[in-house]
Amino acid sequence: MKLDLLHTLNAERAARRAVVVVTDTESGTQRLVKAADVAKDPLADVLDKRLRMAKSGMEETAQGRVFLTVHVPSPQLVITGAVHISQTLAPLGQMLDYDVTIVDPRTAFATPERFPGVKVLAEWPDAALPPLNVDHYTAFVALTHDPKIDDPALLYALSRDCFYIGALGSRKTHGRRLERLKAQGVSDAALARIHAPIGLAIGAVSPAEIAVAIMAEITMRLRVKQDKAEAA
Amino acid sequence: MLGRDEDILRAAEDWSKAGRGVALATVVETWGSAPRPVGSNLVIDEEGNFLGSVSGGCVEGAVVTEAIDVIESGKPKTLEFGVADEAAWKVGLSCGGTIRVYVEKVS
Repeated sequence: MKLDLLHTLNAERAARRAVVVVTDTESGTQRLVKAADVAKDPLADVLDKRLRMAKSGMEETAQGRVFLTVHVPSPQLVITGAVHISQTLAPLGQMLDYDVTIVDPRTAFATPERFPGVKVLAEWPDAALPPLNVDHYTAFVALTHDPKIDDPALLYALSRDCFYIGALGSRKTHGRRLERLKAQGVSDAALARIHAPIGLAIGAVSPAEIAVAIMAEITMRLRVKQDKAEAA
Repeated sequence: MLGRDEDILRAAEDWSKAGRGVALATVVETWGSAPRPVGSNLVIDEEGNFLGSVSGGCVEGAVVTEAIDVIESGKPKTLEFGVADEAAWKVGLSCGGTIRVYVEKVS
């Protein structure tokens, strides 16, 4: 590996951007493809699939057999609401290798006792969210049921490129939420990004079951292409 | 779970910039049960110092020896380890899998 390629690779990873290194293991020739350049690459389909699965491996291509080293930033889960559902959702996210952060300004909820081993910020979303590097590898959920907290959190998430945004609430609650956010100037297209009612429809009843439904929906958004995910 | 190999590639860059001869080993294929997933890295310098893992300890010694050759020759090499190998009891995977490891010089 050329030192300058390794340098670019490390710089991209430090900036939380995905990259693939394409290596011909016979000849030793090697190139680096940044995620932003995948669409115009001759191996676009294969690279896209590999990036989505975050899986390195050998591939037979028109240019011969190559090894693809896939580097994808570790996903992050940002939960607004230190609520009962979050008590299962946070450790579940950690088990799936997400960096989990909980934001809730209500200090009675946002305690380390309720969330051992989880980063908990007892601050308003406006203050807590901007330093969190909410990016394309972030799943974002709003669970407080309180518009004072959830609405500003969702407004912030919609301004970012999160791969998943979900909000707790029935269809009726969500309908009212959409009206409020629309009144704040959010477009219909942006509002359509919010998954609500949140989670896959698995008939979840208890808070822990709802956490499983949410994590399942997040996983689907992470791993399945948008059009296929909608058909499911 | 997804492997996190941040420190290894960072170390490869740092060691190389510090003027050390460096090789990078990567698991490129696995068959059967393999201790470390495809993409796992081991960085080795010319004195045999290493960081990371390609097999959880089973074949690192052999990879380090080969890596020192790669650092000298500059030519990449693909190594294969498995129980089918006659030398399995010396250098092999007790778990019964086979792995292929690509070793390249950082230059």
